[in-house]
Amino acid sequence: MVCEMETDQIEEMEVEVLSSMWPEDVGTEADKQFNVEKPAGDLDTLKEVEIKDKTTFADLKRLPELMNTTQQGSSQLTNLVKQWEYMQDNAARLLREELKNLNRQREEAEAKELKIIEEYKFESNEPENLPVLDETSDLFLKFRQKKRDALLDSKKIEIDEVFDTVAYWKQKALRLEKMLEASTERERRLIEKLNESLRTMESHQAPVEELTQSLKRAEGFLHFILQSAPIVMGHQDKDLRYLFIYNKYPSLREQDILGKTDVEIFKGSGVKESQDFKREVLEKGKASKREITFTTELFGSKTFLIYVEPVYNKAREKIGINYMGMEVTDQVVKRERMAKLREDNAVRKAMESELNKTIHITEETMRAKQMLATMSHEIRSPLSGVVGMAEILSTTRLDKEQRQLLNVMISSGDLVLQLINDILDLSKVESGVMRLEATKFRPREVVKHVLQTAAASLKKALTLEGRIADDVPIEVVGDVLRIRQILTNLISNAIKFTHEGKVGIKLQVISEPSFASHNALTADNEEQEQNGLTETSVWICCDVYDTGIGIPENALPCLFKKYMQASADHARKYGGTGLGLAICKQLVELMGGQLTVTSQVNEGSTFTFILPYKVATSDDYSDDQDEFSDMADHHSEPDDTTEGYFQFKPLLGSIYSNGGPVIGNNFLPHKVLVSSPIKLINGFVTEPSNNIGQSEMVQVENGSYMDESRHETSSDHCPESAHQYQNGNGRCLPKESESCSSSQASSEGVTLEMETELTVSSHREEEKAETDLKETSKPKILLVEDNKINIMVAKSMMKQLGHTMDIANNGVEAIKAVNHSSYDLVLMDVCMPVLDGLKATRLIRSYEESGNWNAAIEAGVDIKTMENEKIRVHSTNRLPIIAMTANTLAESSEECYANGMDSFISKPVTLQKLRECLQQYLH
Amino acid sequence: MLGLGVDRLQADINRLLASLFHQGVLDEQFLQLQQLQDDTSPNFVYDVINIYFDESEKLLRNLRLLLMDREFSDFKKIGLHLNQLVGSSSSIGARRVRNVCVAFRSASELNNRLGCLRGLEVVEHEYHYLKNMMHELFQLEQQRLLAAGVRYPM
Repeated sequence: MVCEMETDQIEEMEVEVLSSMWPEDVGTEADKQFNVEKPAGDLDTLKEVEIKDKTTFADLKRLPELMNTTQQGSSQLTNLVKQWEYMQDNAARLLREELKNLNRQREEAEAKELKIIEEYKFESNEPENLPVLDETSDLFLKFRQKKRDALLDSKKIEIDEVFDTVAYWKQKALRLEKMLEASTERERRLIEKLNESLRTMESHQAPVEELTQSLKRAEGFLHFILQSAPIVMGHQDKDLRYLFIYNKYPSLREQDILGKTDVEIFKGSGVKESQDFKREVLEKGKASKREITFTTELFGSKTFLIYVEPVYNKAREKIGINYMGMEVTDQVVKRERMAKLREDNAVRKAMESELNKTIHITEETMRAKQMLATMSHEIRSPLSGVVGMAEILSTTRLDKEQRQLLNVMISSGDLVLQLINDILDLSKVESGVMRLEATKFRPREVVKHVLQTAAASLKKALTLEGRIADDVPIEVVGDVLRIRQILTNLISNAIKFTHEGKVGIKLQVISEPSFASHNALTADNEEQEQNGLTETSVWICCDVYDTGIGIPENALPCLFKKYMQASADHARKYGGTGLGLAICKQLVELMGGQLTVTSQVNEGSTFTFILPYKVATSDDYSDDQDEFSDMADHHSEPDDTTEGYFQFKPLLGSIYSNGGPVIGNNFLPHKVLVSSPIKLINGFVTEPSNNIGQSEMVQVENGSYMDESRHETSSDHCPESAHQYQNGNGRCLPKESESCSSSQASSEGVTLEMETELTVSSHREEEKAETDLKETSKPKILLVEDNKINIMVAKSMMKQLGHTMDIANNGVEAIKAVNHSSYDLVLMDVCMPVLDGLKATRLIRSYEESGNWNAAIEAGVDIKTMENEKIRVHSTNRLPIIAMTANTLAESSEECYANGMDSFISKPVTLQKLRECLQQYLH
Repeated sequence: MLGLGVDRLQADINRLLASLFHQGVLDEQFLQLQQLQDDTSPNFVYDVINIYFDESEKLLRNLRLLLMDREFSDFKKIGLHLNQLVGSSSSIGARRVRNVCVAFRSASELNNRLGCLRGLEVVEHEYHYLKNMMHELFQLEQQRLLAAGVRYPM
């Protein structure tokens, strides 16, 4: 069995280990633990390495003890033993092999010798041939025995010669000698080999020494690796007392550490943590790593990466921990810095994307606004086409249903147009394109106009009133168009949301508000400074109040936002675009003022705007307005300019027109004398069939005042009877209303009440009025225009509207025509050769005032002087002159008014515009 | 010629008009003009446009003469001519002509001779384009009227 096992082993070894190929100093597998590939080569470098035993703390006494008691230690020993055993096995195997070989050789040799002996049948007394081996092997004795037996058995020797002759013996002796020689030679070789074997056996004789050597190598290797590593290694027992420590950079002496715990050695943060960690590992029995920052007096603040593993003894009981720490302070700092950088980066990126988003949104908004403006503009043209066509359609013969549908269509179209105009306004203000104009105007008149306009379209039983404090200047300078726009907007809003009670405007002068004191005042003021400070500033506070439904407090903040209404409910109920207040606010702010609101639900609201105005000194009339201001002075009654209170009482259903949209004020409170037959008063837009009865019944007292149009700028306005004209072939009423109005308004400070009453008049009067109307159904119209095309178009339009008209090709012809016959309406082109429309109008007005054509003659117009009487007749009438202008710019319209025109139509003339104009100024 | 293409001709006319509106050559004022045409004045549009072309041709010729003059300085006169042109163009709804005229006019107001010359070029270009288009339109209209007038005995 043993033999078999041995041979098996040997065979395995030959395959796996190939012992002869291994370098002598390499151990077996035990060495591989160190991952050393060429330990022989490394040996030299190890020698050069200086191993400083002194710098380390190593309790050498306890180390072997540990080795003996711990598992790790015993496994190390086992490894070493195993390694040695392998080597011994190897050596034994080699020896055995050798022995086998030798045995085999000896057997061969002996067999040969036996053969020889058999051949020659040596006598027993023959000399010993193989003296060398006789003591060493008993085999040999046996062999000799055998040999003898063989000798006894075989005595034949092959010799050619005759037996017992001399030759025979000689031959035999020779042959035997040769054999002996060979045998001796063999013997010598065997001895050599034996010696060699003995020598190798000797070399394997010192296992301890070898073990020591490999241990030293391992140690050296470890030192080599660890000598400069910033590592602290240690072993602590169950109570976490240090039994062993290795520290490359010790700051404490050995005795300060050994036998003590962490807590006993150090003080500071982190110490306790590491102690707890170690204890935890010890309890759990599971190796783990942790990063701990120590702040100790000893070495300051440092972070260690600590690896702790539990140590067991052979009985699998915990006897302590192994501990390894590496300082990673720098890495931690770097890591933290990296983390912080990364965080910063992320924050910055987030901010950047946020900013980008904002920029994007802003850009989008800008683009959207731009587009909205463009779109609005683009939509306006075709839409006005649509509405215009619808207007024209409404002039054709339609049945009742069609007309109703058409009316809805037109009013919807108007609504959309209004909305688009609002949007355009708003985007103009927002983009800063809107330019403010400084014009002189009378606040009282503006308030009155606005109220009149509102009253004209009033469909509710509301009282409209205006109160103006005495200290408000008669004339101020500001952008009257915008102010009117604001007032109109606020008033129409107020009316919309008020069902009973009153709506009013209150003006008063206030001291400079706080919000404006630090602001550089608006452009007006800069201008003022440039003009040499001839004007002073005044702040006027304007309240627009109502007794309406009020605004809930929570809706106030978004009230001035675009497209916002107090609630969706209101939007449904009252309609509207929600742009009005936004526009108002922007306009007010554009002018350097402030718009605020106070409101109580069900009590009413008050919108207040404060604006700065310049007060013009009386001699500051601008030159270009010279003529006109003279005219204004001439006509305006001083009382009228200072009146402080207006009131418009409900006048249900009588005033507003029912045919198409209305330009300007249709409500014109004229004085009609009770006794006189009722006439249709100019400015009323009434359709004979529907409204005649009602207008007849209207008795308007006071303020025989006519508003030229909503575009007009009122500083030039003369609210006196000279403006009044009445339809009907240019003849005037027998009793002039002028006298009454002026007497009513005669005393300063007297409250002027504009009262409208409904009185029932007799049937007779009605009939009479009807006949009157029929008589007056062919008004005379003069078109002053130099452009053939325009004449053609306008003529054709007039034809469709059922009118004919005279044509004048320039201002001179116009004056001649006006002189020659009386017209009810003049449509006057502004730009004309020879004499332009503005001058011609001025001359006609001057004629109306003075009753002579002196001014015209001075201007070089050749006029045949008429009889005085006729002139007188003309002078009492103010002839409505409508400008036709190619550009609708504000300056141009201002100019028109300044020159005494009553309104203007922007070119190209459309049917709708023409009809509106005729509706307003004829009848 | 057989009176079968009325619908197609009407469609062609509409398409042409639509494209002219789309290009901004014409605007809604032209529709007004068409609206004014009725039984009492069946050729109103044609007449007006013809007069417009006659007048404009004269004006353009004058403008060219004025501007070509070496010792030219009468920008005011140019402005007057242009006012005429602007007025009549806007009356018939020739929007593009009107617009370029306005630009031309502002150049003349600035006494910018180069600008005026350039303006004249553009105006003439637009004018001729409009004329061609109108010519085509009237031809189509004529054909349509002819086709619409064809009656077959029942």
